[in-house]
Amino acid sequence: MFVHDTLLNRLKRGCETMAYPAGPAPALPDGHGGALRVEAAKCQAGCSACVAVCPTEAMTRPPRQPVALDLGRCIFCAECVKVCSAGAITQTGDHRMAVRRREDLKLGDAGKEQLRLAAALGEELRRLFGRSLKLRQVSAGGCAACEADTNVLGTIGWDLGRFGIQFVASPRHADGLLITGPVSKNMELALKKTYAAVPEPKIVIAVGLVRSLADRLSATPRSTMALPHCCPWTYSFPAVRPIR
Amino acid sequence: MNRTTPFALLTNSNALPWADVPEWPLLEFLRNVGTELDRGERLSSLFGVPEGGALRLVAVLAFDAGNTLAVARSQPFSGNFPSLTATHSQAHLFEREIWEQHGAVPENHPWLKAVRKDHGAGPAVGEFFRVDGREIHEVAVGPVHAGIIEPGHFRFQCAGEEVLHLEIALGFQHRGIEEALAGGPHRATVYQMETVAGDTTIAHATAYASALEALAGTEAPLRAQWLRAIALELERLANHTGDLGALAGDVAFLPTSSACGKIRGDFLNLTAMLCGNRFGRGLVRPGGCPRDGDPDRLGRLRERLETALAEVQQAAVWLWDAASVRTRFEHTGHLHAKQAAEVGLVGPAARACGLVRDVRFDHPSGWFRFAQVPVSVWPDGDVFARARVRWLEIQRSGEFLREQLDAAPDGKTLSSLPALAPNTLAVALVEGWRGEVCHVALTGTDGRLRRYKITDPSFHNWTGLALALRGQAISDFPVCNKSFNLSYCGFDL
Repeated sequence: MFVHDTLLNRLKRGCETMAYPAGPAPALPDGHGGALRVEAAKCQAGCSACVAVCPTEAMTRPPRQPVALDLGRCIFCAECVKVCSAGAITQTGDHRMAVRRREDLKLGDAGKEQLRLAAALGEELRRLFGRSLKLRQVSAGGCAACEADTNVLGTIGWDLGRFGIQFVASPRHADGLLITGPVSKNMELALKKTYAAVPEPKIVIAVGLVRSLADRLSATPRSTMALPHCCPWTYSFPAVRPIR
Repeated sequence: MNRTTPFALLTNSNALPWADVPEWPLLEFLRNVGTELDRGERLSSLFGVPEGGALRLVAVLAFDAGNTLAVARSQPFSGNFPSLTATHSQAHLFEREIWEQHGAVPENHPWLKAVRKDHGAGPAVGEFFRVDGREIHEVAVGPVHAGIIEPGHFRFQCAGEEVLHLEIALGFQHRGIEEALAGGPHRATVYQMETVAGDTTIAHATAYASALEALAGTEAPLRAQWLRAIALELERLANHTGDLGALAGDVAFLPTSSACGKIRGDFLNLTAMLCGNRFGRGLVRPGGCPRDGDPDRLGRLRERLETALAEVQQAAVWLWDAASVRTRFEHTGHLHAKQAAEVGLVGPAARACGLVRDVRFDHPSGWFRFAQVPVSVWPDGDVFARARVRWLEIQRSGEFLREQLDAAPDGKTLSSLPALAPNTLAVALVEGWRGEVCHVALTGTDGRLRRYKITDPSFHNWTGLALALRGQAISDFPVCNKSFNLSYCGFDL
């Protein structure tokens, strides 16, 4: 009976894949807040309330300097937003947070209040990967939430496959890596080997809290860093053991 | 409890002074633990507490039938200790962990090797159990797998297609959470608790909050306890639904697989309605819940819940109706109730072997003291049973939410947390969607955390998966693995 039922059900429901990116993006949950904006110019002299509440030391204020936020370490708990009486730290409601360079995640200075969104890939990579991009995912010291939401991208609602993007079983079949987690020491070797197994040219997408991942892999000229994420607010655990 | 025990008894989410925890010489301690396990009691946690240059062992036993927890400790000792594992398999990984964390060797332990750490050669590198014979071949899988999943290493000993033995080596996700807690709670602690296992945020955060509240001699406001219970069942619904979909996907039954993938997200979005985050980050804090839901929001949540429940009902019916699914699920990955009890299985995996074992029922705390969820049991112990128990639990959790959303207590949701009592031990159990989440907190004389022990349900259950694979075709590994769906990071800490 299920054959009849399922076909009928599918016909009745129609296409459930969202219109995005051609149409509007699905709304963020109202308590989410979206991306962060830091206007250090608004900071009150001598105030470092945000530094004191930041659980991951992403917010810093060296003596006589303005406040700075490193989104590479931020877990978007928004505690800083709550304690900032000057309104220097706010949330913009924007879901887009992908960047290409590590320094594009550092907020605070004039002109750098928000993260600098990633530009499109270069001509050659776009020609190669534009309609067919195969990725191998590697988990490295995260909490499995990024993995869960990466899996969601393959479901009927998001259907990543319509863009020619697919997750493949072997790095040798892939054009790039999608890395989740801040890279635990115990995953370092496996990650390096997996990276090496991806044929050139390749890209690297780091999802979640990456901290120093950029520094780790960017020695290869082809590697691209795109940071938070497919899954806003579901960051991996800040590495408590030193990650070089 | 109609029998005597030398252990100190306490109920879930309570504390007692460290001095009141019975203290015995090492051998007597191990004997007493063994005696209780022989009586059929369950080992919730067994760990070391450094004492000067020496070590103490602490045992937390769950007397499920007596609805009480039992704790005891050994006197400080130096050097090694006789292993319990040879006679009590439940102690197996705990003893390996004690050796790894403190260096005390469990003598005559049948399989002493690293649990998570790298002992020089890289994680998961070392001797694996090997089956001899000309026809035997070995299959090594991981740490990087084919799907979008966490890292772990599986070593199969096979005769043709048949798996004779599977050894699971983990530790790749090890982040050092327990070490980071010493001297805490720190500013980052609650966020770390939320990411012990990211898909079990509510259960771990609730266990942590309950342990701290017990140490502070307080309780979260009633409405916060209610909110936590609502969120815990939403977490269960999302994950069980995802698991049914993943199981369907593994036997190429796409209608349920694609429907459940979406519905799982719908349940996660209900959690996001409560706190802004799909995984429940920020929902639970020691002292209560920072955000309350107004009646309008809860009304909308209730409506969307009904839609999602109706959809999952339909997707599940397809699954149970399909003969092709039944033949793949039935008699696959079978585990006896006796084996399950012996290795100390918890959660749906245990209940799918017919064991009546559920923290919400056996050791109710928080809102579950006032509102019970029936225990969902299925006797067969195979993939079908593990899928079936999930389906039964989806229905029961749905029913629970329907009732409880209409029975919201009034009042505030957050109170400030008093200082933690010094030299006090607290135990908090929560029935997460995978099973028992156990947090044990011990404060020092300064009222800071001196030792914090986390036992994720996966710590008990990975052994169950290894046993379920024996005698199976290796091609059945994916569906067996999904039927347990254990956490790597929750195990690795």
